[in-house]
Amino acid sequence: MPKKILIPLYKDSLAPRFDLATEVLIGLVGESHNVEEKRVVVLPEASPEEVCNLIFTEGIDVVICCAIEKEYYDYLVWKKIQVFDSVVGSVDRVLRAFEKGELSSGDIIMDY
Amino acid sequence: MNQIRLPQITGLSKTSISFLPFLDKIPVGVCILSLDCRVVLFNQAMEILTGFSREKFCGVPCCYLLRSNICVQGCPLPSIKSDSGPTSFEANIINRDREKIPVRITLEPIVDISGKHTGFLEVVEDIRLLKEANTELSRAYSFGKIIGKSPQMERLYRIVPMIAQTDSPILITGETGTGKDLLAEVIHRESRRAKGPFIKVNCGALPENLLETELFGHKKGAFTGAIESRQGRFHLAHNGTLYLTEIGDLPLPLQVKLLTFLDDKIIHPLGDSKSYHVDVRIVAATHRNLEQMVREKRFREDLLFRLNVVRLELPPLRERKDDVRLLLDHFLARFVSQFKKRIRKFSDEALRVLLRYPYPGNVRELKNIVEYSVNICTEDTIQEWHLPAYLFSAKTDFIDDRLNDKEQLDSVDSFLPAGALKENLDWETMEKKMIIDALVKAKGKKGKAAAFLGWGRSTLWRKMKQYGISS
Repeated sequence: MPKKILIPLYKDSLAPRFDLATEVLIGLVGESHNVEEKRVVVLPEASPEEVCNLIFTEGIDVVICCAIEKEYYDYLVWKKIQVFDSVVGSVDRVLRAFEKGELSSGDIIMDY
Repeated sequence: MNQIRLPQITGLSKTSISFLPFLDKIPVGVCILSLDCRVVLFNQAMEILTGFSREKFCGVPCCYLLRSNICVQGCPLPSIKSDSGPTSFEANIINRDREKIPVRITLEPIVDISGKHTGFLEVVEDIRLLKEANTELSRAYSFGKIIGKSPQMERLYRIVPMIAQTDSPILITGETGTGKDLLAEVIHRESRRAKGPFIKVNCGALPENLLETELFGHKKGAFTGAIESRQGRFHLAHNGTLYLTEIGDLPLPLQVKLLTFLDDKIIHPLGDSKSYHVDVRIVAATHRNLEQMVREKRFREDLLFRLNVVRLELPPLRERKDDVRLLLDHFLARFVSQFKKRIRKFSDEALRVLLRYPYPGNVRELKNIVEYSVNICTEDTIQEWHLPAYLFSAKTDFIDDRLNDKEQLDSVDSFLPAGALKENLDWETMEKKMIIDALVKAKGKKGKAAAFLGWGRSTLWRKMKQYGISS
């Protein structure tokens, strides 16, 4: 079953903070396990409530982010959203790890 | 992942000094960054503050270690030059446990012996205590954040400073909602370990296998998924206080390990043949009857003896009648300020109900009731109809001696809506009713119901799950 993912962005990497991101990437992972139909949504302002609203209106199944406050993490998990948090890396590399099923919370995926 | 560097300091003493242990002695978070703002090295205080290990973050951009609001809103590092002085500002960070922590960050350039700019020094101080001290109203009848003027509380205020100065383990007992967590924090702050870490672990929150690694740490390869070694909370609490709440829920095998620590001050991380000495003071708390649990063989008697060296019992609120009015006024002032309301006082009728109510949920319940009422009230006085409905269906046997005879004749029944139940409800049943009342009032909208109750959404979710209230 296709899964819709959302990643808060900071330039071409994951945003350090869920609550302060002003851009998010939304993509669809189909049976090919590749992330398709990628698009970037620019938010009017940095707001964790706005991001949460977007998650529900877009029907997001998976959120991949770096730092997220407990209140929002627990809320998303309560709403049956799968959350990978404390992830560090460029969007491309993180997406590749997710496509391969190799992504876990706390992963640092980057070149040094 | 880059290898962590192990530099030496020369010229300071006859022999070289290892830089890392030297850095670890500094009680605030210190991080050394390269010119391109990547982590070179950070000390143990920074590990404790952020929750991340230095081995894992070597070479990672600083913003992913600190995760501060300033990182995203305008990092000052690029504007710092070799001749810049210190740049200091307040910010907040989110640590590995997803807690938002207010901090003060100080940045300075690092220059080599020729004056060339080679990196940055970042100092991060946890200013939670400072913020709390500044915002706390100066009050009589208080000790830290604990409020009360009843004889039992006055006795507590007298003995806590003496007890705090020793290093003996402390066992705090009392019903749920009596302030055990607050007392543990006060003890830490009054102790000589106040500058050290205060680490809290809820022994009832995790399954046994996760709790063991959380408390004692594990070695790489100790179990499937252990791809790196990890320090446990005992290690993180070194030179500070480890607060074990719900100690009655600690599984028996882990009770043995705790006993070993209390006797020998050593811990054995999971999968590690080596043992480690840690300097930690244990404060434990429970609402359970540990003596009964010993009789039922669910708690070790020898562990109870070791923890019982100093035992502090927090009285339930129904035994502190003098403190109810003090607490009501305190929380009213706090929530009026927090929610920016123009409420000045409770009405006489509302006060009568509040002073007569027995508070089976103790101070936490009183706080929740005031928070709920402040949220609901749109006037300048909290009336009885702003109070949670369940207060009127509870049997009260908590009569305020200060009411006059005429008022004594009035029964709390006069506030009961027609046909209301008059059974004596326990705290859990009442809290469940309060949640359902709020959901009905909010027409099923959980966000609104949470706001009525004065709770965060995640708190409402947790309580609904606890009471099996279907979403």
